[in-house]
Amino acid sequence: MKKTFAALAAAALAASVAAPAMADLVVPNLSYRTGPYAPGGIPYADGFNDYFTLLNERDGGIGGEKVQVPECETAYNTEKGVECYEATKGSGALVYNPLSTGITYQLIPKVAADGIPLYTPGYGRTSAANGKVFEWVFNYPANYWDAASVAVKYLLDENGGDLSGKKIALVYHNSAYGKEPIRTLTELSKKHGFTLVEVPVDHPGQEQKSQWLQIRRDKPDYVLMWGWGVMNAVAIQEAANINFPMENFIGVWWSGSENDVTPAGDGANGYKSLAMHGTGSDYPVYADLKKYVHDAGKASGAGDQVGSVLYSRGMYAAMVISEAIRKAQEIHGTAAVNAAQVRDGFEALEITEARMVELGLPNFGQPFAASCTDHGGPGAALIQQWDASAKKWNLLTGFIAPDDEVLTPLVMEDSAAFAAENNIAERCN
Amino acid sequence: MPDTFFYALEVSLNGLMAGVMYSLVALGFVLIFKASGIFNYAQGVLALFAALTLVGLQNGQVPFAHLINAVFGTSIHGFGWQLPGIIAILLTALVMVGLAILIERYILKHLVNQEPIILFMATIGLAYFLEGLGDVMWGADIKKLDVGLPQGISDAIESTTYEWFGYGFFIDRLDMVAAVVAALLVASLTLFSQYTKYGRALRAVADDHQAALSVGISLRFIWVLVWSIAGFVALVAGIMWGSKSGVQFSLSLIALKALPVLMLGGFTSIPGAIVGGLIIGMGEKLFEFFIGPLVGGATENWFAYVLALLFLVFRPQGLFGEKIIERV
Repeated sequence: MKKTFAALAAAALAASVAAPAMADLVVPNLSYRTGPYAPGGIPYADGFNDYFTLLNERDGGIGGEKVQVPECETAYNTEKGVECYEATKGSGALVYNPLSTGITYQLIPKVAADGIPLYTPGYGRTSAANGKVFEWVFNYPANYWDAASVAVKYLLDENGGDLSGKKIALVYHNSAYGKEPIRTLTELSKKHGFTLVEVPVDHPGQEQKSQWLQIRRDKPDYVLMWGWGVMNAVAIQEAANINFPMENFIGVWWSGSENDVTPAGDGANGYKSLAMHGTGSDYPVYADLKKYVHDAGKASGAGDQVGSVLYSRGMYAAMVISEAIRKAQEIHGTAAVNAAQVRDGFEALEITEARMVELGLPNFGQPFAASCTDHGGPGAALIQQWDASAKKWNLLTGFIAPDDEVLTPLVMEDSAAFAAENNIAERCN
Repeated sequence: MPDTFFYALEVSLNGLMAGVMYSLVALGFVLIFKASGIFNYAQGVLALFAALTLVGLQNGQVPFAHLINAVFGTSIHGFGWQLPGIIAILLTALVMVGLAILIERYILKHLVNQEPIILFMATIGLAYFLEGLGDVMWGADIKKLDVGLPQGISDAIESTTYEWFGYGFFIDRLDMVAAVVAALLVASLTLFSQYTKYGRALRAVADDHQAALSVGISLRFIWVLVWSIAGFVALVAGIMWGSKSGVQFSLSLIALKALPVLMLGGFTSIPGAIVGGLIIGMGEKLFEFFIGPLVGGATENWFAYVLALLFLVFRPQGLFGEKIIERV
């Protein structure tokens, strides 16, 4: 009996992180399909997996090497995320994308020690954009501080270039993630003369009556939101409840998926959010995804998330990773690249619009070129608006560039502090 | 200054309303603890499971569709019907009764006379089992719950209070409905336990299991009954909370809001669950209003548990709980 139990336990452990064949390219997917944040984690993980399945089925992998994507469940829990990293790094992992700022902060020193790149598009530690300090971390095409700046630039455009005397409230998840934009918004408030009101919401954000009574009383001109999970849906519902004008309510890209607006129904109509890529399934790549992945019965999960905002984001992350691997193969002249070589690929990566067209994603994301110093990309973002009757996001703007005059010194200051704390010598000199 | 006073009053009223929502969850805990001495860790997940089932039935979703499609290569998703809210609620209540029978038959029956900690751990297992079952049955995507409940500001109250005080009060119509439902629920439960045969049997079991058994009361039946009622209360809580946020897996975390209510009101008192909820709701909102800005805000979860802790220190059984004295 004991032997049977031990065998079962060993089998379960082995099955939980499926071991890839040694010759394959290994890109672990630290996903969350359970727990309170699962509705966000599932479409992202599906898009991520499906893109690599497409490459395997259509192209035979990348450069002739198949890609294995072992999935490990983090439940958006930092400790579990670190456990997943430790459990999978020995399998020849080439890069990590944990979809959690909390996990990212824990992994930054680990990946530097282990020599594995960490890719955090649109999340994680903002100042990792400085490649001089963060050799192993990449967060292009945009980060939280870019997002805060783009939101303010959009509001400047809406107000004839003048926000002086305006009041902007920031409703944020009371966590490392939610607090990220405060520093930037504080600087921007000084520059443009608006008043910033901080309104924190505790995890998970199921109850926000106090916060929205405060907003009703303070009457801010605009509300920005840095939320995730149920917090987004409740905030949008509460905003509708107090009749806050939805067109003046803008969420970061993690507060701008179908999940966030659907529960409020018509009340969410007009709500805006930032976006760092296109959405919907009107891109040529979807024809291939249908043919090689979905119709072939190889789709990840239920296969019902195609074209959603978070599916698109997971697919975009996978696309960038695959391009970095391809670049690494090109630089080092071998298909079976290792993690250090993939890091070189990330650092030399250039994504042009012509390449996006080749990939079947025209006008989907902003072109960028990374370098030794620049791991953050151009940081531009779009503004999209929810149409509740059509149940779709409509793009209101093209890519808006952030205010580098304000952001660059902040990135330099924060990364310099990190370098001093960790005795890191600047590179790229 | 008058504005600050009226705002504080508005915050208090909304705190009381939020407290009613917490009480709806706490009631389920109290019912099961009172009747069987089990602290039901799964109560929050019961609310989630009930809400998932309600939306699934209402929208004609085929349970286990993803699993069926994966195994048999089919492509089924829905029955193609849209049930009226009340029918879906009644069907979900039946499902919760069925679940109570299964819980009694496959878990509780085997744990009779075990230590309370064993029963508590069994409910932890049950919580995770039900969360996974709900995921496989109905999917993990966020669902809009619409059983016709009103939502948003009550214009009548806002305009009336504006005429009277020059300050329009915000009261959410959903919270008003929740208050009425909670009052009806407490009244019904009280009438049931005081004036019906089964209610008296339930109280007898709560007072003394052995004595109840000796006069012929079936413990198994009472457990099914009380878990069914707790399942119905969970359904009500799931409807109210699900209407605010959509039905998603974070609904199970509403149990966290019920714990301080139980600590304060007592684990064995139905009125305690209500009064505890009102005190926690109003207390946390007022604390956030007066003290929150001084300490960076987001104090509500912290304050609720600190207040409950204070009550524990001075009155361990809670406001309305039974004082248990064990003499050697």
